[in-house]
Amino acid sequence: MKARFSAALLVLMLALGFAGSALAVKPDEMLADPALEARARALSEGLRCMVCQNQSIDESDADLARDLRILVRQRLVAGDTDQQVMDYLVSRYGEFVLLKPRFDLRNALLWGTPVLLLLVGGVFILLTARSRRTLATKTLSADEQAALDAILHRD
Amino acid sequence: MVETGHFALVLAFALSLVQTIVPLFGARLNNQRLMAVGGPVAVTGFALTALSFFALASAYANSDFSVASVWENSHSLQPMIYKVTGTWGNHEGSMLLWVLILTFFGALVAAFGSNLPATLRANVLAVQGAIGAAFFLFILATSNPFIRLNPAPIEGRDLNPVLQDLGLAIHPPLLYLGYVGFSICFSFSIAALIEGRIDASWARWVRPWTLVAWMFLTGGIAMGSYWAYYELGWGGFWFWDPVENASFMPWLAGTALLHSAIVMEKRSALKIWTLLLAILTFSLSLLGTFLVRSGVLTSVHAFATDPARGVFILCILTLFIGGSLALFALRASRLTAGGLFHPISREGALVLNNLFLTTATATVLVGTLYPLALEALTGDKISVGAPFFDLTFGPLMLPLLVLVPFGPLLAWKRGDIIAASQRLMAAFATALAAMLVTGLFIDGTSVFAALGIGLAVWLIAGALTDLAVKSGVGSVAPAVMLRRFAGLPRSVFGTALAHLGLGLTLLGIVATLSFGTEKILTMRAGETVELSGHTLRFVGLYPAQGPNYSEDRGRFELIGVSGSAVGEISSAKRFYPVRQTTTTESGIKTLGLSQLYISLGDEAKDGSVVVRLWWKPLVTLIWGGGLVMMAGAAMSLMDRRLRVGAPSRRRKQAGAEAPAVLP
Repeated sequence: MKARFSAALLVLMLALGFAGSALAVKPDEMLADPALEARARALSEGLRCMVCQNQSIDESDADLARDLRILVRQRLVAGDTDQQVMDYLVSRYGEFVLLKPRFDLRNALLWGTPVLLLLVGGVFILLTARSRRTLATKTLSADEQAALDAILHRD
Repeated sequence: MVETGHFALVLAFALSLVQTIVPLFGARLNNQRLMAVGGPVAVTGFALTALSFFALASAYANSDFSVASVWENSHSLQPMIYKVTGTWGNHEGSMLLWVLILTFFGALVAAFGSNLPATLRANVLAVQGAIGAAFFLFILATSNPFIRLNPAPIEGRDLNPVLQDLGLAIHPPLLYLGYVGFSICFSFSIAALIEGRIDASWARWVRPWTLVAWMFLTGGIAMGSYWAYYELGWGGFWFWDPVENASFMPWLAGTALLHSAIVMEKRSALKIWTLLLAILTFSLSLLGTFLVRSGVLTSVHAFATDPARGVFILCILTLFIGGSLALFALRASRLTAGGLFHPISREGALVLNNLFLTTATATVLVGTLYPLALEALTGDKISVGAPFFDLTFGPLMLPLLVLVPFGPLLAWKRGDIIAASQRLMAAFATALAAMLVTGLFIDGTSVFAALGIGLAVWLIAGALTDLAVKSGVGSVAPAVMLRRFAGLPRSVFGTALAHLGLGLTLLGIVATLSFGTEKILTMRAGETVELSGHTLRFVGLYPAQGPNYSEDRGRFELIGVSGSAVGEISSAKRFYPVRQTTTTESGIKTLGLSQLYISLGDEAKDGSVVVRLWWKPLVTLIWGGGLVMMAGAAMSLMDRRLRVGAPSRRRKQAGAEAPAVLP
């Protein structure tokens, strides 16, 4: 089994034990119908090779990934829609197979964090800006204004 | 020599304890002599760590297999360069490199920090010493690289073949310089919290350190991306892998820090936020070290079965992150808030930049840790992969990138958005034209392509507009303009270059993803294939023998218009017998800014070979943009106000220039 290893930090991954790489999709797996093959490739990119590290079955050369690629193509040839193929794989392998987690309550925190943080941060900044503006627009006292005028009209 | 290295490491650990305790108490008691201990100890600690590292490197260079680490990661037949780089191509050695760089930065503060207030300098060195002590102890207790084997094996087990590449010589040192460089910003923040005040010298010091760390981290990530691109043999350049994310998070937070530190330095606003960001950035570096080093990523269970290293780093993590955030919570209120500014101003733009960058950092963090947390808490296993990050990180970057060109054109305190927009009209028109050309002539089906190319051109044109406006294009005579251009502060060039680099990287990414083509086929010797207008002939498969591997090299000829060969590309499948590992050496031909990429597959019984070909238009810009960003950081570092000891020199220069300026 060849696990895919990290790209940016090759060296740091040594502890995890991995091996080299080779080709993923092979010509003998590919479907003759280009439209169907394109769908198969698109679906493969969203499906995880379960024995690899966060790698899609489209990129992995592990045996399991090959089996899954063939399975996806079989279902497509049998006339399944994209959704049906995905549902079939999830029913067989669990949600772990999906690289894009589902939008459901359990993943609410995952999907919600970016939106929530952006909103909270934005509101905080707006409130601070407003309180600062009221500070900043405080008018000058008569003495200060006189001093300012003196400086401005010096020349 | 090996024992000398081991002993030096233990001494360095002891010195790091001295470096932590003595200056800290000195600063407390305001005792000059105690505070003065920090400097020499930091320098000596660095010298000892360097000696220790040198001892390990020479054991690797001499193939001393009586050292366990050398035996596990080296082989007598390896070329010398890989013997040496193998020193940090493993867990133990890379941790030693980590502390070497940490003590190096500590020594730099000691050597060049004479213009810092004495207590600040003492506290900074103390915090730096504490980080060092924790990691020295970690190495000595769980990851000692100097453990001997008895009897010594005759031959080593070889360095992992994937790491037998020049990339290993450059990537980890660059990356660590970046990772660990942020420790200085962290130490300065903690020192400021201990003292309960931030003064002008704090900002003047923290910004160049952030720039240095950011510059190296940018280089490290870009280099790692290119290494993976050619070494993995399937042409991808970024995978949203947890380990990549571990290096990307400090980069995102560091980019935010870089920008907020400008506000702090120039306008003394955002003080508390900058301090917090500095703490968070280094915390993310530590988190990355934990994620990668503990094995927690492979699975929560693997972590649980061999927890010594993981738990140790987790303790370090808790101590430093928890401790620093607690200190922040206790002390931050003592720090005074800084200057006022209108929402539409340079400061305002930088605040928005920070909002998006911080949210993006948090998104990557949650995406990386969520599956781990879910599995640990409920036992459910889910995957968070590229599709998640494309859907969340992408939309967060979009508004940020649209806003980038406005920032440098807005004035401090109160900016004029309409004037800035008018100045950006030409850049906007160029971007719009690029979008239309993409949509109408290149690829009308993809909104992503048109939008992406437009955005990249917008960034590039925006960066150039910034330079043009500041040198007075259109409003002054050409001669004056040239003189103004030459006289612009280096930091203005730095900003423009960094933003330009960002645009180039984006252009490379969008072009490769949108217009790249791919072919997978079986080829026999003599056959030709065409891909995006390039014709390639497969010459044949030739066996060859390397120093510690054997390979089958597939040779391809690039056929020109006339039908004759104009270039050669070769891709190989290598077999390393010691580790029984096969690797793919991809064949890459750079044509202008684009690349043809060939990856060789298995050979069939009838002599035909599986070949995978890619045409990757403008792909080199992805990493070229990274180099331009680095150049921007280097340019900013050369800015006069950031040079070490600048105040005295500036005074001298001002004196020398004065007669010429006065009428």
